[in-house]
Amino acid sequence: MPDFPILTAIVVTPIIGAALMTLIPARRPEITRIVALLFTVATLGLSIWLLWNFKVGDPDFQYVENYEWIPGLGARFILGVDGISIFMVVITALLMPIGLLASAHHVDHRVKAFFGWFLVLETAIMGIFLSLDLIGFFVFWEFMLVPMYFLIQGWGHDNRRYAATKFFLYTAVGSALMLACTLVLGFLHEASTGLLTFDFRILAAWGFGGLSITTETILFLGFMAAFAIKAPLFPFHTWLPDVHTEAPTAGSVVLAGVIIKMGAYGFIRFSFELFPRATVDLAPLLLITAVIGILYGSIVAAMQRDLKRLVAYSSVAHMGFVILGLASLTVIGLNGATFIMVSHPLTTGALFLIIGFIYERRHTRQIDELGGIWKPAPVLTALFIVAMFAGIGLPGFSGFVGEFLALAGTFISERPYAILAAVGVVLAAVYMLWAFQRVFTGKPTGENAKMTDATKREILLVAPLLVLSLFLGLYPKPVLERIEPTVRQKIAFLEQKTDYRQKRPHGFDSNRLGGESYKDLAKKALKEQR
Amino acid sequence: MSALQILDWIALVPALPLLGAAITLLAGRRLGNARSARLATTLMFLAFGVSLVMFVAMLSLPASDRSQVSTLFTWMRVDQLSVDIGFLVDPLSITWALLVTGVGSLIHLYAIGYMRNDPLASRFFGFFNLFAASMLILVLANNFLFTFLGWEGVGLCSYLLIAFWHQRPGAAKAGKKAFIYNRVGDVGFLIAMFLMINEYGSVDYGIVNNSVVDGSGVATAIALLLFLGAMGKSAQMPLFPWLADAMEGPTPVSALMHAATMVTAGVFLIARAHPIFEASSSAMTVVMWVGAATALIAGTIAVFQPDLKRVLAYSTISQLGYMFLALGVGAYVAAIFMMLMHAFFKGCLFLGAGSVIHGDAENQDLRIMGGFRKFLPVTAIAMMISWLSIAGIPPFSGFWAKDGLLEAVFETHNYAPWIIGLLAAIITGIYMTRLIYLTFFGNERFRETPLPVVAGASDDAATDTHAVEAELGYDPDFEPTVAFGELPRAARLDGHDPHESPKIMLFPILVLAVLAAVAGFINLPISGWEFLSEWLAPVFKDVAEPAASSTTETLTLITISVVMAVTGITISYFIYRHGLAKADRDPMTARLGPAATVAGSGYYLDAGVSAAVDKPGRVTANFLDQQVDKKIIDGTVNGIGKLFIVAGNGLRHIQDGYIRRYALGITVGVASLLLFILAYAVR
Repeated sequence: MPDFPILTAIVVTPIIGAALMTLIPARRPEITRIVALLFTVATLGLSIWLLWNFKVGDPDFQYVENYEWIPGLGARFILGVDGISIFMVVITALLMPIGLLASAHHVDHRVKAFFGWFLVLETAIMGIFLSLDLIGFFVFWEFMLVPMYFLIQGWGHDNRRYAATKFFLYTAVGSALMLACTLVLGFLHEASTGLLTFDFRILAAWGFGGLSITTETILFLGFMAAFAIKAPLFPFHTWLPDVHTEAPTAGSVVLAGVIIKMGAYGFIRFSFELFPRATVDLAPLLLITAVIGILYGSIVAAMQRDLKRLVAYSSVAHMGFVILGLASLTVIGLNGATFIMVSHPLTTGALFLIIGFIYERRHTRQIDELGGIWKPAPVLTALFIVAMFAGIGLPGFSGFVGEFLALAGTFISERPYAILAAVGVVLAAVYMLWAFQRVFTGKPTGENAKMTDATKREILLVAPLLVLSLFLGLYPKPVLERIEPTVRQKIAFLEQKTDYRQKRPHGFDSNRLGGESYKDLAKKALKEQR
Repeated sequence: MSALQILDWIALVPALPLLGAAITLLAGRRLGNARSARLATTLMFLAFGVSLVMFVAMLSLPASDRSQVSTLFTWMRVDQLSVDIGFLVDPLSITWALLVTGVGSLIHLYAIGYMRNDPLASRFFGFFNLFAASMLILVLANNFLFTFLGWEGVGLCSYLLIAFWHQRPGAAKAGKKAFIYNRVGDVGFLIAMFLMINEYGSVDYGIVNNSVVDGSGVATAIALLLFLGAMGKSAQMPLFPWLADAMEGPTPVSALMHAATMVTAGVFLIARAHPIFEASSSAMTVVMWVGAATALIAGTIAVFQPDLKRVLAYSTISQLGYMFLALGVGAYVAAIFMMLMHAFFKGCLFLGAGSVIHGDAENQDLRIMGGFRKFLPVTAIAMMISWLSIAGIPPFSGFWAKDGLLEAVFETHNYAPWIIGLLAAIITGIYMTRLIYLTFFGNERFRETPLPVVAGASDDAATDTHAVEAELGYDPDFEPTVAFGELPRAARLDGHDPHESPKIMLFPILVLAVLAAVAGFINLPISGWEFLSEWLAPVFKDVAEPAASSTTETLTLITISVVMAVTGITISYFIYRHGLAKADRDPMTARLGPAATVAGSGYYLDAGVSAAVDKPGRVTANFLDQQVDKKIIDGTVNGIGKLFIVAGNGLRHIQDGYIRRYALGITVGVASLLLFILAYAVR
């Protein structure tokens, strides 16, 4: 059914649930839970339908919907999905019900508000991943802060006000710059062609028609500010550990799973097409920050006393690998980077869930207050071991596929960065195993000895993530074959617009990458408007 | 089914133990320990059976057909890089598969007895199966990346098994150490694969091995990087300290690691990738010298170890050094022959050591053993056969292996490494004889009480924990390994004599002892008896063979080898034939003074690495965390935030909370206007 607005449905379903929720009386929290679950599961169903019907091998946007929105500003409501966003949508839809079920028990005050904000958050995230109009993208981007702020503020831990405010303000600063640059871009396009539009495809085809490289660089940096903070890229990462420590488990799962992917997503979505020359010129800067992020994140992670902070810093390192792969500007590296964005939510989500389970039992996440819990809680520990090694990037798990490809791509184009980053592979083992040793091994004493093992519900929450990570680690083809046409088109675009030529291994045939020209895309976009 | 069709079923070999691991790890508690153990062991024997079928099927094929690829599916395909989950069946991989499943099965069988009282035996057998399956994937893969999957799987299992008794203080630490040391090597392996992708566009063994350009810098780089990986896994200089600490694991684990899996992976990798190494003479030289140095240096460390298992651990490192020495001179068959024989005698020695430890209340300290041949007669005989085999006494299998190896080194005119090899042979004789005499002969030092006791380990604790141990199968408080320089600990037998192990443990020991005695006949230096050389010939057909030596030369070299072995044994015999007069006084250590201290402490390599990495690493990390991250980076962020709050405070009373949004809106407006002007200005 080509006419069914599936993307709009995915974006809107959660917020309809949130609206319905206001009608449920506050004294019936169990109904609230069921409704919230129903709507997230419905969104998951829609996302899976989308994944199932996604056309493999097509690099372009599929299921595009294009509606008039704010004519005076040239802003339209345009949704579309391609090989990169499809997986972000599916992962978001998967993590939402899991995060929700994980918090179902220990959220006991203002249940309605919690689940309501949670659903609103899902709508915002889906909107970010699916928007093709820059104004729409920005609106969702900003909108996402609101539910996140209230979730942390309302259901976080001791220092939640500080963390929520820091999160809000920090990301808002980045967004302000992004908005400014978005507007400038639109107006520049208008000045040059007479058409005021924020349709990504049209702007991409325009490609700055003769504007100076300086302009392009400044605008690129403006976008990068927002993305670097959200990613988070060194040195803009300090909000992440603070927010994680204070956020409730469900918040952490979503935060680590999808919210921090938005920075990298924004980069891969926009920078290649909108700022091709600046992307090529500034790639080394990104490579440097990525390598610093990997090494610095790993080293600082080792010193954390709080398990959540440790995993938060490990996320900084993992996002370093994503940025590394993107900045390698090779098809292999981009594939790897995008694959990590799919894989990291699974492993880190599992880790945050397990840490949440430990916290519910022991009311602490301090590493020195825990110890020896392998003995009283063998199943919980087994889950942690699997999640830990999946996170370290053991071959056979999805993390390895992504890291290997990202590093291989970087090695082909920018060798020294790949070699430095490969050291991060050792460091990941150091901080994770050291923490594991202190928390799980040894003789349990006091409260630790009395810890209860994982319940069936908890196992069922974590296991799907780990099984999926194992499956994608051994059989990544379903993901890679959908990503590849899109990233191939991005590199092809870069080669069209600039004098950059992707370095490729010896032995690969030297045919230039194919891919539909953006001129055709823009024509299609214009036709949609009429 | 034709032989070729049979070979297509090779995936069964790793699949069987993998299935065992899945079942015992997921349903082990429901199955119970005894059934899990039986299941895991049965599946290993089945895998051995399948490997035998593969072996026979391959023998029925002409030599030119003995290399078959069987692909399951494509693992990764990006750009034009394509990596399969696929297997390469050839004499090399079949040899290793037979070894891993054969010796592995025996060790599984033994472990049934050894782990009988352990409450977590089902978990143990799950890890054990996984270990074997990983090693089988490592050797059977048809490309570097799939081998790497097995390679890392082996690392994971070694971690889990070394740390198996994680309640012992040292175990978790030793497991972590093993994994991290291995990972250091793995970085080399990873970068080597990146280089292959960049240079040859593939990680397939067939493609890479055929694309290597002789004498190219790329070949040298890839070879050395792969060798770094091999050094980690096979515990070569300087990446060996983890293997001694790995003795914290249950003894069957040590046997499996040293005989059937893990440490021989490095030897395999070089044999598999030998065209790359052959293309770089400088890489070969490095391999040769690292091997020679490791053989000698690890041997000297072994001489002074008070711990039964640590002697064997350093012995393994030293024997692996021999294998790398052979690889470095291009004598691949000699290296593999040595590897096979080593698997038999070292497997027997480790299982025997486990039998001794089991019979002696978990004591591993040689200094408080003595005269055990009366109490463990079967173990004693088996270990003594292996002792003569490893020392290189004819006609035991170790002799043929070591002699053939040293002859190959001599024939390639590498005389200096050859002499080092001979010295290492003397040292092998010394430490093995010391081990055998201190364990099975001489005075019964376990009866002598009181002994100097290590602080904290009071007699009460010893008897108490002994009871717990009997109940749980292990003692959570007890740190079993004894490092050099530690005083002997009190005997913990409580008046009982050491006892012989049950039959299920003795059977594997005896099988391996028989192999340690006679298996050398698969490759004698007599024409018509060189089965192994002929079997492996298709794999190494591209390697130039050195000119065969004359009969007189061979006989001279054999005589020299035997003299070396006898010299070592004799020296040690005269020092240790009566045991130790005082348990805390080892005459060899006393005589050599500071030299003994340096060698016994492993040349302070471990301590040196700790001093160089641990403390400074922690200080740096702490500095980055506390100063850079918290103060500088986050301080700046918060400082800017505060600035805004101060500025905003004056307006705060207007409409609390919303003011920030307005301020933000204004900022955005101004910023965009500025940017707009700027953008036009620079156009």
